[in-house]
Order: sequence, then C-alpha cells, then structure tokens
Amino acid sequence: MRYLPHTSEDIQYMLETVGVESLDALFSTVPPDCRREAPMDLPAPMDEWGLLAHMEALSVEGGGSPPGGSFVGAGSYEHFIPSVVRALAGRSEFYTAYTPYQPEMTQGTLQAIYEYQTLVTRILGLDAANASLYDGASALAEALLMAIRVTRRPRVALSRGVHPHHRQVVRTYLGPTGYEIVELPFGEDGTTDLSALKGGDDLAAVAVQSPNFLGCVEDLQAAAGRLHEEGSLLVASFTEPLAFGLFTPPGLQGADIACGEGQSFGIPQSYGGPLLGIFATRDKYMRNMPGRLVGKTVDVEGRRGFVLTLATREQHIRREKATSNICTNNSLCALAASIYLASLGGKGFRGLARLNYDKAEYLKSRLGGAGFEKAFKTPTFNEFVLKAPPGFDKSHARLADRGFSAGLPLGRWYPELENHYLLCVTETKKREHLDRLVEEMTS
Amino acid sequence: MKENQGTTGLVLNEPLLWEKGGRGREGFSMPEQDVDRAALPEGLTHEGPDLPDLSELDVVRHYTRLSQWNFGVDTGMYPLGSCTMKYNPKINEDLAQLRGFAGAHPMSPPEQCQGALRLMAELERYLAAITGLDAVSLQPAAGAQGELTGMLMIHAYHQDRGSQRTKIIVPDTAHGTNPASAALCGLRPVPVAVGGEGILSTADVARVMDGDTAGIMVTNPNTLGLFEENIHEIARIVHDRGGLVYGDGANMNAVMGVVDAGKMGVDVLHLNLHKTFSTPHGGGGPGSGPVCVTRELEPFLPVPRIVESGGRLVLSEDHPKSVGRLHCFTGNFGVMLKAYAYIRTMGAEGLGLASRLAVLNANYVKERLKGTFDLPYDRPCMHECVFSDKRQKDYKITTLDMAKRLMDYGFHPPTVYFPLVVNGSIMVEPTETESIEEIDRFIEAMESIAEEAAENPDLLRTAPSRTRLRRLDETAAARRPCLRD
Amino acid sequence: MKEIDELVLPEDVRYAQSHEWVKLEGGEALVGISDYAQSQLGDIVFVELPAAGEELTRESEFGTVESVKAVAELVSPVSGEVLSVNETLADEPEQVNKDPYGGGWMLRVKVSDAGEVDALMDAGQYLEVLKGLE
Repeated sequence: MRYLPHTSEDIQYMLETVGVESLDALFSTVPPDCRREAPMDLPAPMDEWGLLAHMEALSVEGGGSPPGGSFVGAGSYEHFIPSVVRALAGRSEFYTAYTPYQPEMTQGTLQAIYEYQTLVTRILGLDAANASLYDGASALAEALLMAIRVTRRPRVALSRGVHPHHRQVVRTYLGPTGYEIVELPFGEDGTTDLSALKGGDDLAAVAVQSPNFLGCVEDLQAAAGRLHEEGSLLVASFTEPLAFGLFTPPGLQGADIACGEGQSFGIPQSYGGPLLGIFATRDKYMRNMPGRLVGKTVDVEGRRGFVLTLATREQHIRREKATSNICTNNSLCALAASIYLASLGGKGFRGLARLNYDKAEYLKSRLGGAGFEKAFKTPTFNEFVLKAPPGFDKSHARLADRGFSAGLPLGRWYPELENHYLLCVTETKKREHLDRLVEEMTS
Repeated sequence: MKENQGTTGLVLNEPLLWEKGGRGREGFSMPEQDVDRAALPEGLTHEGPDLPDLSELDVVRHYTRLSQWNFGVDTGMYPLGSCTMKYNPKINEDLAQLRGFAGAHPMSPPEQCQGALRLMAELERYLAAITGLDAVSLQPAAGAQGELTGMLMIHAYHQDRGSQRTKIIVPDTAHGTNPASAALCGLRPVPVAVGGEGILSTADVARVMDGDTAGIMVTNPNTLGLFEENIHEIARIVHDRGGLVYGDGANMNAVMGVVDAGKMGVDVLHLNLHKTFSTPHGGGGPGSGPVCVTRELEPFLPVPRIVESGGRLVLSEDHPKSVGRLHCFTGNFGVMLKAYAYIRTMGAEGLGLASRLAVLNANYVKERLKGTFDLPYDRPCMHECVFSDKRQKDYKITTLDMAKRLMDYGFHPPTVYFPLVVNGSIMVEPTETESIEEIDRFIEAMESIAEEAAENPDLLRTAPSRTRLRRLDETAAARRPCLRD
Repeated sequence: MKEIDELVLPEDVRYAQSHEWVKLEGGEALVGISDYAQSQLGDIVFVELPAAGEELTRESEFGTVESVKAVAELVSPVSGEVLSVNETLADEPEQVNKDPYGGGWMLRVKVSDAGEVDALMDAGQYLEVLKGLE
C-alpha cells in the first residue's frame, strides 16, 4: 500500500527492537472489554484509478453549476477564481504545513497571514483582524460573546436581516450560557428597524448584517450613533465582503466589531465548506478577540519576522477562561483569500465590485420591467429581492429542471415574503446570460 | 553517523505585499463591462480600500518565495504528538477540485446535489463503523467545534431529563480545548489527576463523580500516549450516577480496527479528519471535527441531518431535540471529501494496518531513545510517547533548546511542554507514513543533540542556525502587539 | 529562572503564600509580586489590574499577569479600596521583572484591617516556603 512504507523485514526488525512477538502484541494494554469483536464494516479498498472514476461519477450528480446558471447567493457566492490562487495555495509547503507554533520553520504561513490580517483591516476599516475563524456564522457568535465579555452585559439584539443560518448558530452558541437574544424586525424598506430598541435596554451589542440577507445596504452609521450612547457595541456582519469595494465599510461607519463570511475571496463554494470566518475589531478590544493572531517582531539578529502572539487569550494556555475554544481555524482559506486579493489589487477590487453592482442593477431593472417588482427601495449590491407575479413558483420549479437556479424563494425563512425571491448576479454572468434568464423567467 | 539532513540553501528574501507592486498594475483578468454603468446611491459609497496593485508574476513570486520558507509534511518528518501529521495523499487534493463538487451551492435543491449528499451519508456510515458508535454529524468545522457540539449534546441530554448539572470531569492531561469547550456550555471543569502509572484510576474518578456532574471528558489513548485501561469501569461509574462519557478522538490513529468506542462506554466522540484521516493541516486549518454518538444521543445531533425521503437524500431540520446548527451550511465538505477518499483507498485492512504501524513506530522510538532521554512512563505506549528534559538539566539545557536545534537537523520539533503533567515534556508521534530510514535519522539526530547538550550547550541555546530567521522575540510581539502594517 | 539564593526578598515587606508582597505605609499598602513570582513567569508582557475605587477582599482575584506562555491570577493579600494602580505597567510591563518591589508596584490600597498584613509572612518565613517548593 503506497502510503505505508514498512516492508515485512522492517516490521520484523522493529518488533525485535521493541521486544514483542507481533504487531498485535503491541496492544497488550488494551483490555478485552474495549476491543472490537468484528472487523470494521467498510467497503473494499479502491485503487487510485477506480477511486477517480467513482468520484467523477459522484461529482457529476454533485451540483456543480446548473447549465443555465445559478443566480443564488444567500451566503455562498459564485465568483471567478484566478488560476494563481490554486497554483499558489496548492503548493504543498503551504497546505502540508502545521500550525506555526515553531515560527522559524513557518515564516511563509506567518507572513502570509500577517498580510491577510492587514488586508482585512483595510477592507473593513478597522484596526485589528484575526487569522480566521471557521465561517461567518460562528464569527458572529464569537463577536456577540466577545461583546458580552467586554461590556459585562448578558443581553444582545440580533436583526432579522442577518442570514437565517447565522442566527441559528448564534442561538446554538448562546443557548447554554443563558444569555438573552432579542430579535429586531426589518422595516418596509428592508433594513433593520431599530425603533424596537428603547433606551436603557442594557444590551451588550446589536448585530446588523450589511448588505443584509435581503440584499439591502443598512445605515450602520446611524445605528452606531444610537448604540454608543447606551454603551452597547455595534457588531456589523456580512456575507459578501466584495461589497466594500463600493460601499462604505463597517469600520468607517462606527462598527466596533465587523465579522462575516469571506468565501467570496477566492474560495470555491464546495457545497458550503470550508469557508472563511473574517473577524476584525478596534485596537482597544484586541486582547478580547477570539482566534489566533499573527504579530510582527524581530529575530536575534534584528531581522523582521512574524510569530503567533497574544496566545494567553487562547485555549492551550487559558483553558476554561479562554476567549474562545478555537484551535485549528481556516488558515489555508485565509491564504487563498490573500492570494486572491493580491491578484485583484486595489484597482481590481474596486472594479470588480462595481461590475457586480452594475450587472445586478441591469437584471433588477430588466425584470422590474417584466412583472417582477423590487421588494425594497433600499440600495443593494449584488443581491436583491423581487416580488414575483402570481403563479411564478411553478415556473421556478420548471426552470430548475431546465438548469436555471432563478433565485432563492424566501417564504421558508420569512413567511411574510411568500412569492418573493432573492437573486444574485456576480461578474460570472455575461449580459447574454442575464437576457436569457429574463426570457426564461417571463415566458 | 549518516550525514545530517538539515543544510542551508539559497532562499530569497521577500517584502510585504504593499512594499512591492506599483499603482495601476493588474493581476486579474477583469471580465468585460457588457452592461451600462448603473447610477450609484447617494451617501453610501466610497472610494474602496487601499490594497496594493500587483502583476500576476509579482503575486506568483511573492507566494512562491514565502512557501519556500515553510517546512511541510512533504518536506520532512513532523513527529508532533497528538497531531498525527501523516502524509496527505495527492489524489485527494485533485478530487476536491472536481467541478461538480467545487462549484456546488449548498442551498441547491436536493435533486441537484445527490452526489455530495451521498458522499456525506456514506462517510457518516464509515465513521460509525470505525468508531463502533451509531450516528454521526459531519457538521463541526474542527475538533474544538466537535467538542463544543459534544458538550452541547450532553447539556441538552441532561436538560431533557430535567436534571441540569453544572460540572464535568476533565483529566489533567486533557488538551486545552476540552475545558474551554466545557466552559462554553456553562460546565465547570473538575480536574482529576492521572495516577502513578500515567492513566486514570477508577477510585479517583469515583471520588469526584456525583449527581451534579454531567460526565467525564476522556482522551483515549491519552496525551501521554498510554491506553486508559480502566476506561470501561470508569464509564460504568459515570453512567451509574447518570453521567455521560465524552471521548476526545484526537488520538484515534492508534486504535483503528482494535477498539470499539461504543463498547468502551463512550457516548459521544469527536474525530479530527485532519489528523487520523489524512486531510492536510493547511498551516492551521481548515479541519473537520465530526461527532459520533450512541443511538440514545442521536436526537440531539446538530441539524440539518441527512435523511432519505422519497427515494433520495435531503437535508432535514425536523429534529426538535437537536442542539441546533453549528455551521452556516453542513460543515467542511471540501475536507470531508478527502477523508472519504482516504477511507475508500485504505479499506478496513489498510486503516487497521495504519494504526498498528503507527504504534510500532512510536514504540520503536521509545525503545531507541529511552537510554538518552528521561522517559517518565516506561510502559508500552500507543502511537506516541513522552520524554522529558530531566537528564539535560545538568547542562542547563531545556526542551526548548533541543527543539530549536532539531530544526538544524531537518526535522520539525515534536510537541513540547504538553501535556502539562510532565515538566519539559517532549511528545513524539511519528505516524505510520514514516519509513524506518526517516525514523532512524530522527533518532540519530536526537542522540546527537543529547551529546551536544553535554559537550557544546551553547550550540543548542543559539539554535536554530540554519533557518532563514533565528529565534524570534515573542516577548516584544506580546508586549507591543503589531497585528498589521 | 533565578536560583533560590539569587532571589531578592526585602525585609521591609510582608509576603503572601500566593507570592504577592505588601508594604504598609500608614493606612495604605503597596502591593506587587515577589522576585520569585516574576522569575517563574519569565518575561512579563501584560498586567491586568482593577480600576481605582474598586473594593478588594483578601484572597480574591484582583487581576492577572501574563508572560508569553503563561497566565497567573493575582490574588489580593489584603482587603480594602484601591486608591491607585501603577499606570506605567500598561506600556512597560517589564518593570515587574526588572524592579518587582519598586517600579513594578501594582496597587496602592487603603487597608481596612491592618491585622491582615501582620498575618502575612516575613522574608524569612517566605524563604522557607520557597525552599519547600523546590
């Protein structure tokens, strides 16, 4: 077997050195009451060629991109990924490396993650970013737990405009600790209705997503102003950070913590994982942050280098008093995101954001003229909600069969938005795809 | 002695991203502007972030040079205890790129993703078969999140029975994520020390187990590399008082095909796909930490679950006792896919042999080095063994010094200063994918270092000398943190 | 790490079992950590202290002191109100290593019960405790 180098001579020699008769004898300390009775019930091993054929067959049933095109975002975005990302993140010095606890042997990863942290702070307009969390959902949960630690208040508010799955994960994390979660509705314009908050609510934080799940760009500046008067933190989450190539980022609007999903930055959709939890905050909260942090330093000869730092916040030192239990995070995804952002550059980032916006606006207006009303008048980025003409649900199903994912029906999470669809347009859609979709949707 | 494998070579310096490039350079193939530019909304937009502009070759050289400063499993051996740094098969990397998987949207209607769902459903069955438990969730994104899931389930189980408990027993050899995860569920960790033999004693557990204790978290084999021989009785003691047994499966690589976790008395176990199941470590993730449970705990598993409905597989959230959702979608599919491919490649016999060879390798290292380094527990070990720096104290040489010197010999250091119960601990886990030549070279390097400790200790104190950078100032990094430029 | 005979243990302060020292000056006490404690911790990178005005009770945790690889709780050897804290430690935590009884002082406390200070150890008694730890 090609992954197991031992020959029977090697094994014999090693057993003699150890002083046991057989491989089985190595397990003398495993008592009978722990042992398996029968061999593991697994399929027979496959050779490399059979495995490849099997996996190709599975992948064809997989989901790929439906031939007519997928126009769904909702937390997982189809973007072009330059070949340099795979070529460079696929270098085995990066992907077979361990966590950089021994910095002299891992300066490649450490500098790349330091660069990632820097790029994230610039994109979000904040001071300090961590080396990644698992995904946007757990990042939001961690952000709220951090706000609770910082303010010492046990209540948080969560906008209904936050991705429904993110809200579920927040409830899972906050459940056993007894912290209270207040849900904030969204108004007619599709943005969070803060009027539900009265003064003296004693909230640790309010979490608002922007652009939100309904595609709408929220006024974080106004929210920040109100919350800071009460001593609450503003947690601004996101699922599509490319938006900040065009729209003002959360840090510049007064958010205290910005967290969300970074999958759009050079990471394949891959049926929902691995993803990239992005997390950033202000300098004054740095020591309260969850997750690993890479810091700049020098070596004994005064040369610039990088190390993991502020580790006393983490589980391996602080144990039950740690800021989070996270250990392995999503380092390779952060690397892929950095490579992607390096390829795009500032010019490309701004250009790509604008292109997404323009194409989404084009589809929105063409469908608007064909019986699909804009649900909300608030500006959007590359996702928007349309109210379909009656009976469209049958067409939607037919279109799915014909290979078009014509938006995500929202009734399941927002019963008041029955017959409303969340559509997403990225740079992957040419004008002819958009025109074709309009034809299909209106026929 | 054979030639030292560590040497120096030409490696290039490389600045930070924004220290290179030039405004206006392009590295991205921008698609055509084939629609009109739309009007921008007032007051909401801004000029965009200040990111460096680089050409494609600028980017390629940057990351290629950075990669050359890294050591990986593909470069050489990582004898890191409890990390299981085994070889990452290349075929698995290719499989993750298959378009049908890479481009799959997780919220696609089930008809469009039967392949992905089928892979996950089969992987759940395989992990159940390997562990001897009954039901699995692949959702947790890493081992720590798997532990959190396990704690949440134990919490939910007790709540369901109307018996809310506030404590959980955690051995002093536990990985830091154990008490951290317990604390996230409001469970106060109650420490229990390993006995003189390096394993838990039934008396010590019985002494602390009571009606207010939710259960116990056990790693088996433990972080001293020893099999917790009393586990069956310990599980009985915990169960008798209504508690549950959580198994930290990080060390599963020692016991595949040998042990049945269900029979041992474990109620919920997490696995690390990026350890036992060969998926790459990625410089710190992504990993995957599935949880496996008994039939009794199945109702509490996270949602969505993969179920059969109308002849096909679907995702179902209709499980009222579930602890809820942990991940935005269904977990790290791209990682699961590699573990699935690994299991399909190895089969039951291959996995069983992998464990046996992992244990052989570790025992071989233990026998060969116990004359040179202090071995706190001179007993048969599993897939890892623990030494200490006690014998080198006379030369004022520490584990840290020896670890840094090992780099000059072309090896990544073993796990150091963990577990905490051994002062100056050195935890060595070769894994089964290392050949006898590589292991012998490692042993010779360690023996050489022990000699250097006696004869030339300054060499160790100033090590490493062959790496691009030498010892880095972690104190300055923590005193005046600089996390970005 | 220092050897036991290298440790500085001034006679004019009292010592707690948890390695804090107290120097009584009238009704006020200066509090810090001993030379043994700073030597064990290694290079100190961060000190977390309470705010002025907070009430402390003897043997309760009042803060933490961190090195690169370790965190230790600071346990109050006396009860009373915190009058002031050493602000320079925010930028120069290394003072605790360099001058644990002088520039590395941590709190000034208005002692509510001077008897608590008498109950602490003198330098000789503390040295015996440290020898026992070896």
